[in-house]
Amino acid sequence: MGLLDRLDNPYEAGGIILGTIEDVLNWGRSRSDWYLHFGLACCAIEFMAMNASHFDFMRFGIIPRATPRQADFIMITGTVTLKMAERIKVLWEQMAEPKYCISVGSCANCGGPYWQYGYHVLKGVDRIIPVHVYVPGCPPRPEAMEEGMMKLQKLIDQQAIFRKRQRLAEEEALKEK
Amino acid sequence: MEITEIYNKLKDKFGDSVKDLIISPPSDAFIAIASDKLFDICLELRDNPEFDFDYLMCISAVDFSENLEVVYHIYSMNKKHKVILKVSVPKENPVVPSIERIWRSADWHEREAYDLLGVVFEGHHNLIRILLPYDWEGHPLRKDYKEPETYHGMKVPY
Amino acid sequence: MTTRKFIDIDFSRIESDRMRLNVGPQHPSTHGVLRLEVELDGEVVTDVIPHIGYLHRCFEKIAENVTYPQVIPYVDRMDYVSSMNNELPYVMAVEKLMGIKVPDKVEYIRVIMSELNRIANHQIAIATFGLDAGAFTPFLYLFRDREYILWIFEKASGARLLFNYFWIGGLANDVYPTFKEDVLNIVKQVRKTNQEIERLLIYNKIFIDRTANVGILPADVAINYACSGPVLRGSGVQFDLRKNEPYSIYDRFDFEIPVGKGEVGTVGDSWDRNIVRMREIEQSCRIIEQAVEQMPNEGDVQQAIPKKVRPPKGEIYFRCENPKGELGFYIISDGKDKPYRVKARAPSFVNLSVLPEISRGYLFADLIVILGSIDIVLGEVDR
Ligand code: SF4
Repeated sequence: MGLLDRLDNPYEAGGIILGTIEDVLNWGRSRSDWYLHFGLACCAIEFMAMNASHFDFMRFGIIPRATPRQADFIMITGTVTLKMAERIKVLWEQMAEPKYCISVGSCANCGGPYWQYGYHVLKGVDRIIPVHVYVPGCPPRPEAMEEGMMKLQKLIDQQAIFRKRQRLAEEEALKEK
Repeated sequence: MEITEIYNKLKDKFGDSVKDLIISPPSDAFIAIASDKLFDICLELRDNPEFDFDYLMCISAVDFSENLEVVYHIYSMNKKHKVILKVSVPKENPVVPSIERIWRSADWHEREAYDLLGVVFEGHHNLIRILLPYDWEGHPLRKDYKEPETYHGMKVPY
Repeated sequence: MTTRKFIDIDFSRIESDRMRLNVGPQHPSTHGVLRLEVELDGEVVTDVIPHIGYLHRCFEKIAENVTYPQVIPYVDRMDYVSSMNNELPYVMAVEKLMGIKVPDKVEYIRVIMSELNRIANHQIAIATFGLDAGAFTPFLYLFRDREYILWIFEKASGARLLFNYFWIGGLANDVYPTFKEDVLNIVKQVRKTNQEIERLLIYNKIFIDRTANVGILPADVAINYACSGPVLRGSGVQFDLRKNEPYSIYDRFDFEIPVGKGEVGTVGDSWDRNIVRMREIEQSCRIIEQAVEQMPNEGDVQQAIPKKVRPPKGEIYFRCENPKGELGFYIISDGKDKPYRVKARAPSFVNLSVLPEISRGYLFADLIVILGSIDIVLGEVDR
């Protein structure tokens, strides 16, 4: 999936990989994601378990950061209430681009068990911030969260950094018209 | 001390403010009292060494279509007996004296009852919402509550 | 104003302007989404105003809208660290209202599961308390053990965290054949880790310096604030509902109530609250061992489950000893299949209200330790 996979026979190829700068950058980015240390509800307990001994989240090259300004991605682990929603939006806006969001658990995806009578629950965090990966479950197993992380890595691997700039510029131009 | 004994003693002291003792198993027996004397009765329950109620377990408010009822579960750590008091107030003017100065644990319970059911506790030092945002409208645990369409621009129903 | 002994400067005598600091709702040490508004005089805390409700999930409203058995999953989600213990008072309250007597085997399994979950809860509490005081390693040790306990739950109920295992009148399903051996193995493992933690964390000089004489909660204040669980017992009050008001089958077991004795500081400080949890793990192990020994092998765990759950008109307040304190359910039934009103008296909610009282006069860094020592779960504070 990554850059090193192209090196299927390193001895014959002499250890040379041909690729673009983008590939290298993406490879670096996707394997050293830092996340915002932040838990909301029950899913956060599974999230803690994932950080601990048996599942060892840090082998993905991940380090928890206490401030959004140093974080690459945020994991919304739990129920987002209306009182909390505005804070989450602020947190998201404080993060520096490029930034990603993983929505963990049914609550963050769609309101979960509280979808019907929860007058104070936001039915899905995607109503306020963009979400890149959804992890279903109530609570999702730690393995599922890791799968979500791998999905995010894949997504970052395939991102086009330079072309994105270009595309954004084009969009801007379109808007101005 | 059994609840009948407590009831009789309170009745002797406070007369008509202590209304009835209702026993109907399997429910717990409770004493219905008038809201105006609530503070004095609670003070008596705490300070009289015969009762010695020092532990307020819970305050719950309940919406019965015309009335709001506030239920006090009180326990005594030393004497190991408990008593349940009930105060009923009309829904239009739900004012109950605050007992926060007697048991400090009542502080948050009363704020919660105010927040979710709109019972006003007279004499509470800081009666503001506790769970819901400060600018929330309505009291959601009332039976006729309708959830709002939007809150700060966010859609509330699914 | 109390200042800590080993600091020479008397902060209360230095004059300065008060400062207001906002902690949370996103803060690594607030155990979830708690917001504290702290008033500081220099670095000394003069007042704390907790703002809660960031996880208010409308439990009580939902409970009025779903049937009695359907409430159980929501009860799980209140205190999500000790779900089994949450289910117990709820199902027992409804059973009492309906007059159901559950078979002996069910009672034993319930006790074993509750005590295992109590251990798991205390392990998290001690681990995060260590984290708050700056010790990371115990966290890894304790979570390793907790995972073994979760395996048992998973094998029995199918879920790791939120079980829906206790049903009204019975259990969702019987335990698996090797249950007893597994439980006894866990108990052995837990005891071993307890010894490790005692050497690594509890009697560690740094840890004692951080936590002893911090956040002293006198017994009368604790009772007036209706604190319960380890917070109350840490202040030296011997009160445990399992002993004082035995419910289920707790009167059949022999165990003690550990209380704070001020071993390294004053009675009722943060260290005491923590040591009570440590000692309770040991007592839970004892209960589990006795329960496993007495538990009958035969029996149908679903035999007493009613076809229709329709309690008669009435109301009940039932309380149990949760790992965090006294969890009570006040249920009013109007004879229909849905509860008329369910009020949960959450221990964390009440215990948290004592925080401003015990954190005044300490340094800001101590505030985090005091908060950690109360061991709150925001899902239960806000419901
Ligand atoms: S999805 Fe389930 S486990 Fe996760 S926060 Fe919501 S209720 Fe809790």
